[in-house]
Amino acid sequence: MATEAEVLRALVSAQPGVSGLAALLSPAAAKHLAAMVRRSAAITRQRFGNTIQVYAPLYLSSFCANRCAYCGFSADNTIERRVLSIPEAEAEAMLLGSRGFAHLLLVAGEAPARCGVDYLAELAMRLKDRFASLAIEVQPLSTPDYARLFAAGVTSVAVYQETYDRDLYRQVHLAGPKADYDQRLATPARAAAAGMREVGIGALLGLGDWRAEGLALGLHLAWLRKHYWRTGLTVSFPRLRPAAGEFAPLNPVSERDLSQMIFAMRIFDPDVGLYLSTREEARYRDGMIGLGPTRYSAGSCTAPGGYGQPDVQGEQFAVGDNRSLAEVSEAMRNKGFDPVRKDWDAVFQTRENRQQAA
Amino acid sequence: MLTIAGRKFRSRLFGGTGKFASSAVMKEALAASGCEMVTVALRRVDLNNPEDDIMSVLDRDRYLFLPNTSGARDASEAIRLARLARASGGGDWLKLEVTPDPRTLLPDPVETLKAAEVLVQEGFKVLPYINADPIIALRLQDAGAAAVMPLGSPIGTNQGILTRFQIAIIIEQARVPVIVDAGLGAPSHAAEAMEMGADAVLVNTAIAVAGDPVRMARAFAMAVEAGRMAYEAGLGMATCNAAPSSPEEGLGFLR
Repeated sequence: MATEAEVLRALVSAQPGVSGLAALLSPAAAKHLAAMVRRSAAITRQRFGNTIQVYAPLYLSSFCANRCAYCGFSADNTIERRVLSIPEAEAEAMLLGSRGFAHLLLVAGEAPARCGVDYLAELAMRLKDRFASLAIEVQPLSTPDYARLFAAGVTSVAVYQETYDRDLYRQVHLAGPKADYDQRLATPARAAAAGMREVGIGALLGLGDWRAEGLALGLHLAWLRKHYWRTGLTVSFPRLRPAAGEFAPLNPVSERDLSQMIFAMRIFDPDVGLYLSTREEARYRDGMIGLGPTRYSAGSCTAPGGYGQPDVQGEQFAVGDNRSLAEVSEAMRNKGFDPVRKDWDAVFQTRENRQQAA
Repeated sequence: MLTIAGRKFRSRLFGGTGKFASSAVMKEALAASGCEMVTVALRRVDLNNPEDDIMSVLDRDRYLFLPNTSGARDASEAIRLARLARASGGGDWLKLEVTPDPRTLLPDPVETLKAAEVLVQEGFKVLPYINADPIIALRLQDAGAAAVMPLGSPIGTNQGILTRFQIAIIIEQARVPVIVDAGLGAPSHAAEAMEMGADAVLVNTAIAVAGDPVRMARAFAMAVEAGRMAYEAGLGMATCNAAPSSPEEGLGFLR
């Protein structure tokens, strides 16, 4: 439990450290939210300027081998399942490209048989020269597999621990490879070791105690910075929304809580990329422009094939902000921010496999 | 007048194009700065797209376009980027930025030197971004760099010239122009660099994130002029002991 003094010190410290992060996440910091906003906004502006990077998720497959209590794609949910063929995935990608997106996040349920490394490598090779970067959010892979995907054109890997609380992890991950806590925890390091340019971590807010998750994320982030200093790092804040299984958040996280967490993370780590997805309402996302987050998706669909066929069923989660890229970009410009559509280039990918020293 | 790689510049302030709220503001601010050379991150632009946000507002007749390789982790990436930029009409000039640590964005001296050696051979006018390390500055000059660009403090930190001790050495030893780049957060920092004898400065963040980027650009321009004028006018030496304004005091005994 942090004291008032610790919160105030963390607010002004150039390097708040883990204890500062803990203070900023604590209940004592809640009444200092205005000061946290100011500091978070100032740091973000200094480091990132008046820019926010835009991207789009591309759902490739809703098949999943895991049974997770909270997810729309859980193996025991009866939903329409689909995996896009390579040409179908390409078509979805090109549709997104025509809408103005240069950064894609390829998402899939964890089903190697349907959406394995061969499939991902093939797709990456076809798309990489037409997009600024390709990120993946799929099942945890080995370092050699990540190295292969990097050579194929994948730039970054997102993998969320969901909850860093071991006991809770066991309770909500009922079956499947995802039930292995340690395997999942080591995944960001494996991706970084394979040479991925960027690795994204996150916790699913609403499962565990968000303050504890925030602290764990900070520790994980600091560890990755120390051991993989060449790797760019990002943090996401997916907050539980209605899903097919009707899972109610165990520890509901309010918008205020979410904001406190985001500001605390920004103050703790001025350089980390912070994602704010379309799970959140338009009003909230607009309000947060410039205050800490640096990556926004737009026009998102969480069902495979949904961009070409908007009526398709089988979403992973219901989207809170349905606006198009043009609408979100307009909102950013109105607040004096430049929606950046391109901030990488295919030319960065090396042709040889690269291993990276810790 | 400043000469770099045979080209003359009236302005000793160079600009950057990152972090602006919009390309319209960027265009106005660069114009207000009076700068004649502007650096652009190749990762940000699509050289082949005539409607590209940044490229479409940069008048190539007004500004010398200086592509930079920011994001490159090693020599081979930087070299690849440079070649691609030139092939797409980016020109011969290159700001070589090899920054393997995405957090501090500090330049890798080993990879920078390796890349510079190759690119100079290929006819590029290489302006390498370096830490304020006098030895690497000398090595790069030996390799044929057209200038050296030592940092005042890390990119975006606005801390000013934390590296002044080493920059003074670099300036003293340089056979090519020295452009202090990165970390200049206020016009006074830019003036300080010029007073030290730097040939030019490059400013990006401090202008782009200012409350009024256009006015800030003007302020930086004025500071660079003031600092250079002071340097040329012959600044007095800073000393530790007080010296009387009537310098003959104490020599009254002489016949």
